[in-house]
Amino acid sequence: MKVNGVERAAPDETRLLLSDHLRHELGLTGTHVGCEHGVCGCCTVLLDGAPVRSCLMLAVQAEGHEVTTIEGLARDGGALHPVQQAFHECHALQCGFCTPGFVMSVVGLLAQHPRPTEQEVEEGISGNLCRCTGYASIRRAVTRAAELNSSPLVGKYPPKAGDGA
Amino acid sequence: MKPPPFTYHAPGSVDEACTLLGTLEDAKVLAGGQSLIPLLNFRLARPQHLIDINRIAGLDRIYERDGGVAVQGLVRQAMVEDSDVVARVCPLLTDAIRLVAHRVIRNRGTVCGNVAHADPASELPAVLLALGGSVVAKSVRGERVIEAGALFAGVFETTLAPDEILVEAWFPSSSKPYAVIEESRRHGDFALAGVVRAGDQLALFGVAPTPVLADRLDPARGLEPSGDLEASPDFRLHLVRVLTAQAFAA
Amino acid sequence: MTTRWFGSPVQRVEDDRLLRGKGRFTDDFDEGALECCFVRSPYAHARIKSIDATAARAMPGVVAVYTAAELPFGGVDLPLLIPHPNLTHGRTQRCLAAERVRYAGEAVAFVVAESRYLAEDAAELVDVDYDPLPVVITPEAALAAEHLVHDDVPGNVAAEMLQEVGDVEKALRAAPHSKRLKLRYERAAASPMEGRAVWARWSAGDRKLMVYDSTQSPTSIRGGLAVLFGLPESNVEVIAPDVGGGFGPKIMLFYPDELLVPYAAMQHGRPVKWTEDRQEHFTAVNQERGQVHEVEVGFDGDGRVLALSDDFIHDGGAYTPYGIILPIISAAQLPGPYRIPNYRVRFRDMYTNATPTSPYRGAGRPHACFVMERTLDAIAADLHLDRIEVRRRNLIQAGEFPYDVGVAWQDGNTVIYDSGDYPTLLDKAIAKLGPKPPGDNVGMGIGIYVEGTGVGPYEGAHVQVLVSGKVVAATGIPSQGQSHATVWAQVVADELGVDVGDVEVTSGDTRRFPWGVGTFASRGAVTAGNAMHVAARMVADKAKHIAADHLEAAVEDLELSGGAVRVKGSPDRGIPLGAVAVLSNPVRYAFGGGTEAATQFAAQPREGPPLRDGEQPGLEATGYYSPPGSTWASGCHAAYVRVDPKTFRLEILKYVVVHDCGRVINPLVLQGQIEGGVAQGIGGAFYERLAYDGDGQLRNASFMEFLMPYATEIPSIEIDHIETPSPLNPLGVKGAGEAGVIPVGAVLASAIEDATGMKITEMPLSPLKLYELSMLKK
Repeated sequence: MKVNGVERAAPDETRLLLSDHLRHELGLTGTHVGCEHGVCGCCTVLLDGAPVRSCLMLAVQAEGHEVTTIEGLARDGGALHPVQQAFHECHALQCGFCTPGFVMSVVGLLAQHPRPTEQEVEEGISGNLCRCTGYASIRRAVTRAAELNSSPLVGKYPPKAGDGA
Repeated sequence: MKPPPFTYHAPGSVDEACTLLGTLEDAKVLAGGQSLIPLLNFRLARPQHLIDINRIAGLDRIYERDGGVAVQGLVRQAMVEDSDVVARVCPLLTDAIRLVAHRVIRNRGTVCGNVAHADPASELPAVLLALGGSVVAKSVRGERVIEAGALFAGVFETTLAPDEILVEAWFPSSSKPYAVIEESRRHGDFALAGVVRAGDQLALFGVAPTPVLADRLDPARGLEPSGDLEASPDFRLHLVRVLTAQAFAA
Repeated sequence: MTTRWFGSPVQRVEDDRLLRGKGRFTDDFDEGALECCFVRSPYAHARIKSIDATAARAMPGVVAVYTAAELPFGGVDLPLLIPHPNLTHGRTQRCLAAERVRYAGEAVAFVVAESRYLAEDAAELVDVDYDPLPVVITPEAALAAEHLVHDDVPGNVAAEMLQEVGDVEKALRAAPHSKRLKLRYERAAASPMEGRAVWARWSAGDRKLMVYDSTQSPTSIRGGLAVLFGLPESNVEVIAPDVGGGFGPKIMLFYPDELLVPYAAMQHGRPVKWTEDRQEHFTAVNQERGQVHEVEVGFDGDGRVLALSDDFIHDGGAYTPYGIILPIISAAQLPGPYRIPNYRVRFRDMYTNATPTSPYRGAGRPHACFVMERTLDAIAADLHLDRIEVRRRNLIQAGEFPYDVGVAWQDGNTVIYDSGDYPTLLDKAIAKLGPKPPGDNVGMGIGIYVEGTGVGPYEGAHVQVLVSGKVVAATGIPSQGQSHATVWAQVVADELGVDVGDVEVTSGDTRRFPWGVGTFASRGAVTAGNAMHVAARMVADKAKHIAADHLEAAVEDLELSGGAVRVKGSPDRGIPLGAVAVLSNPVRYAFGGGTEAATQFAAQPREGPPLRDGEQPGLEATGYYSPPGSTWASGCHAAYVRVDPKTFRLEILKYVVVHDCGRVINPLVLQGQIEGGVAQGIGGAFYERLAYDGDGQLRNASFMEFLMPYATEIPSIEIDHIETPSPLNPLGVKGAGEAGVIPVGAVLASAIEDATGMKITEMPLSPLKLYELSMLKK
């Protein structure tokens, strides 16, 4: 599998969750684990450009796919990704535990809807739980991110099924 | 909350998957995994073998056939949500998909997996039933079509044989007017009660062990819904009447 | 003090690492750590007949399985943190239960293995033979005392406390009107997104224990571990790294793992880590809010309260490790912003077979506020008076401060409100709320509260100017997301005249600051904020004294600005702070970085020995702040809601907050605290509940069924502030962390009652609950 552009071996332990593989085998601890049953969204990563729950995938299932984690959005020490920048400007994080998952979901949302409506914003972040912010600042951040939007992932997503093809 | 040990299989073809499923004791099919993996993590499911069908090529098509739309086994719910064919042929399915969990879950979850999981509170089985759709099941013994009305057997139970894989679901074109309306606690949650209207047909979900067809004039008749923390049997019957009235007023 | 930074919406300095995935939460530490898993009781009450861990110990990959029998401290009761004379029957659990379990989720055995996966496999092999006992699950059942949670606690009563101000009986008899109400609040869970976690490493060579702990009080953990393991405190280092939300329950100590993980690390010569999973978080982490109140109120024809009597029972859970702080706060805060001339409150803290209780954001106040506000609504309804007018007539007025409520406060003093302006809060909230939106089934709700914040005993801070001119500051109290590093940098930057970006704050790391209490009770800004102010001022004074020699100016003529000490009125005459830092430390060797200026042979030698009497090297200082009493924040919330008459779906049409926490350090941060608090309040009022069944099983121990709101359930919140500075501390600040959550239950109850015409006497609500009420009405 490719993780943040780097080829990585899949684990031998087939029951290892992708979230645990990223965190504990590859040291990419920016992907957080909040519930391990797919509700909280803290562990959201991009799989071939689309946000998915890494706690609801076995690591071996990512073999042959591209995984992007929060660490893969901005270069070390380089400028923040527009979504990250917007979260900072809008105080859309407090403890920061849910933040990577939110950011990855929003990257996916903006790839799907570059200029999201209010309802699209709301629904786009409605699969992620935050206990600190009350979401208002996150809504503002999504709108701000759309303004800043130069998402490098636009156009790569969504993966369309071959409609009748 | 880590999965218990199991033997993992990743067949490359439907035939290979069928052979595995036909020969292994206590095997489970892993498609999108959005229901199965939580069950593994809670250790509520502990199959000996996991047959991951995600490596099977050519099982991710959406296509028109027989006046409806066919959705193959590995089509993700998000693909259906975004599909022009589905929007044109069966917009009821497009509407219903948007009520399934959240986009991030739909990016991975499959339509066929959702149907095969047979959660009584799930939207898609009720849509299939209301439309009079069917599914295609495959095993080493061959392929058969199961009508929606004969598919759902109980809570999380279908009439699929233990060695069968659900490889395709077929949704007939949604005749007008159509509607899918549900009451859930939070956006994306399973419904406390829900109704699907397809023309004059009415199917209910969340109010019986399986989705059920009902009479629009007396939708709660004969129902004996279970109660849980968020809805008593009475409240479910009440909601069925309210939602049915909304669906047929539309 | 200049106020360049104080009061500005400074963007957070914490964000960058957290946004890049470079935050460091406890589970992020690894170093080849062994991983652990608990065996927890499936029964709410049972006798343990036997525990057999043979099969688990034999499993490959398992390093150890501990039961109480294997622990040197297995027979020791965990500490009762806050004793109180009225807590006559305090009981705490042991690290691992050996004879009796008293709540589902109580720890029985502890598995240490090569991975969490293997530890979970092994935990399933630990065979515990239980003999189930009758269960006491509600506070009412506890009071009925058909069964006992602790055999030696008669009536299940842990504590009883009665307080009275005035003569309530006499006033009730004399009152023209009176009314009785029974009001109920259920248990709730804080549910931070990060569960609890502990990582420990023992360095046998230098006998040093290092612990990362997702705690709200690393300094106390350090103290406790030093006592337990017989180590000097200087050999124990405890760090709360990034903490993924706490909201109260992470102030509790010691949870069993906080002893077991360090102990296991000492035994096995390898780092050991335990990370809680979500399922166990629901039963193993403290909860609160369960109370049943019986109120009698006497009032006059204008709706003025003449006497209030409240008798309540508090669901304490199976043990009382945190004492009786919660019911004490409820009793103290119940009158809130209202003048209650005769007030009597009795509580009994009841043992139940449920998870123990300790503060959760709001801590005793949301329920108290609910009781008071429901009572005022009932008075208004009885007299056919406007609800707002009834509140206005009962409010303490702006000229009445300090205002002595006369009942006991959690710090041992009585409740004395330091400052506030409650009528203005109410007026502003009503104005902001505006006219009722059109349509049917719309209701208005309102609630006003005060919150005792910033309790002592103290916090401290260390501030140092480095030779680079950058500033480092540290305090013992950790952050759980409240933006401490930003707001304290603001306080320090103002005192030292530097850029806020040049101040780096470390918190919750005993290596950097070993003393302090913790983050709870909305106390960070008041206690540590003022300690930062004190320490930074000491540094500023020291800088001026050192610079005075070099600038040949009097200390009084100097000021700190632009990163330098300058002569007032002569901006050209100055010396950079970094240079002052160099000069503060007389050195023997010139090792670069400007140190040649500080040697004994420097160009500008001063008279006397290099360090004069009382001088210390380094441009640094340690300061402490110990508040003389709590600071009392306040606020008014008001809302319009719509309740669907058929589905009973709740729609919050408008929600306004007017808040007063004294002087505001950072409005951006404050807004975030309030928005988050209100959202948590909405969750607690209409979505979340802890559904225990009669057997003491929590039936909804997952995020699928414990319904924390998503963005789709939380409306936008409109916020305004007034500032009545606290006279009790130099910064004039009051706490703000818990405020948002406190009145939400009261406000929504009031609004839903108004919208539906159904009497609301309990929390939380749900569509099902409203449907059932509507059936009763029919």
